[in-house]
Amino acid sequence: MPALPRLAVLGLALWSALAIAEPDPLDSARWGDMRAQLFAAEATVVFDPRVSVTGPLTAEDAMNVPIAVDATALPEVVEVLVFADFNPITKVLAFRPKAARAELAFRIKLQQSSPVRAAARTADGVWHVGGTWVITTGGGCTVPSTGSASPEWQRRLNEVSGRIWSRPEGNRVRLRIIHPMDTGLAASIPAFYIEQLAITDGQQRVLMEIDAFEPVSENPLFTLDLPPTVTDLVSVQITGRDNNGNKVNAQVER
Amino acid sequence: MKRLLALLALIAVHATAAGFDYALAPRQIAPDTWVLEGAQEDFSFANGGRIVNTAFVVTPAGVVVIDSGPSRQYGEQTVAAIARITDQPIVKVWITHHHPDHFLGNQAFAPKTLGALARTLTDIETEGKAFNENMYRLVGDAMRDTEVVVPTEALVAGIVDIGGHRFELLALDGHTAGDLAVLDHSTGVLFAGDLVFHDRTPTTPHATIARWLNSLDVLEALPFKHVVPGHGPVAADAGPIRQTRDYLKWLDGLLTQSAAAGLDMTEVMRLPLPKLFRQMAVIDAEFPRSVSHLYPAAEEAALHVSSHPAKH
Repeated sequence: MPALPRLAVLGLALWSALAIAEPDPLDSARWGDMRAQLFAAEATVVFDPRVSVTGPLTAEDAMNVPIAVDATALPEVVEVLVFADFNPITKVLAFRPKAARAELAFRIKLQQSSPVRAAARTADGVWHVGGTWVITTGGGCTVPSTGSASPEWQRRLNEVSGRIWSRPEGNRVRLRIIHPMDTGLAASIPAFYIEQLAITDGQQRVLMEIDAFEPVSENPLFTLDLPPTVTDLVSVQITGRDNNGNKVNAQVER
Repeated sequence: MKRLLALLALIAVHATAAGFDYALAPRQIAPDTWVLEGAQEDFSFANGGRIVNTAFVVTPAGVVVIDSGPSRQYGEQTVAAIARITDQPIVKVWITHHHPDHFLGNQAFAPKTLGALARTLTDIETEGKAFNENMYRLVGDAMRDTEVVVPTEALVAGIVDIGGHRFELLALDGHTAGDLAVLDHSTGVLFAGDLVFHDRTPTTPHATIARWLNSLDVLEALPFKHVVPGHGPVAADAGPIRQTRDYLKWLDGLLTQSAAAGLDMTEVMRLPLPKLFRQMAVIDAEFPRSVSHLYPAAEEAALHVSSHPAKH
């Protein structure tokens, strides 16, 4: 094919792509890549202010950036995917709310300033994307965990602490798991992180499922909120495993 | 074209040679005692890291400097400012703690004059380089040629007489693991380092609040007439000590209560701040930072360790 028509075809393709695509509210040069890498080409992906991501404007500690995702303004959220455009590992975690509310708070590692986004998939298959910029001096993904330098984590690996609070709007559960969550990007330290977690109530009802990836901070701490319909919550169970097959299996009392 | 290039080169050379002018103007606060007051701001390219108070005391046996400031150029300009006031040589440079704005001017002084608490020497050795690199990011060219110099003398608590000035060195902690405070009994000036902030929100990256509160009690009991805080205006009463204590107690209580109530860190960072503390400089930036530093320990204390694995 001669060069000129090929350019014209490319230009046309680019024009049509731009014409369909909404502008990224966070104006990130990586949004196009995120759209292509994380979502099927035929999927409907829309920016939606009903998905909120809360984080500090400037993160003091790039290894522990607190993030809260809230997609409760949407009906029937099936799954929420959290990602950071400029991280070397972009996927942070995914959660399926099940019996819990479609919100989750946790802490993440950021390698540099980046949008942190949440894409909530509703029952109709549409992905609704919200996000916020977090400014940081960075380096959070290529630093060894504190645990990797300490003998203590081996004894306490996958130890869980937590608590349940009754609140007028429903029960709140906070869970913390001892785990180095090494990204594999620090020299000579292989990736070692929790991959799967399920949180269930006393009746074996699944409250939430979480798929974690490397950027979740060391010793992950999750804050979950349950709707008022989940009553009589005396204890929760947390089960799961890391990428080396070590099991998480604990029960947290009120 | 050649002429234009030459002109550009000349401008470049000139700009390089000019460096960063801190416009240091020592202010005398007591007999023989001068303070260089920093801006009540965060680090910025505009202030070159001059957010800190440094000071010096001129004695007949030489000059004692308290903290060397945030950069090599700051240290050099301090030496020049002292030379405009006295011919006395600088005999001691006491570094109050290992935070970068307090010791990165060390290069400007003779190594044998530099002293700090033993813990501070260790912390400068281990963390100094990372601090220095971060300062380049935060304040830019004002840091030019700044390198970490670890003081040689390990200071211990006690009385040091220099040229008739009875300096009492106090080995305290809480703001960091090693906080030096200096009381000049001859003038009644207390150089409090960062154990005391005044109208400027305290910083907490290495803080242990309970220890810090103990140190504030020690300082308040001293017979001082003036207190030079690490950041914020000099005062003639214990106001800055009390303000620092009130803030730390409030912060500690807030974090403990929030963790006990199950708040997430993102929620704590957004809590409304009391009017009393809203008047302190840079609180909107420092409060979330302190939450980031101190909340994890409060959370850990509030959670129950699960002792019984679930049985299926």
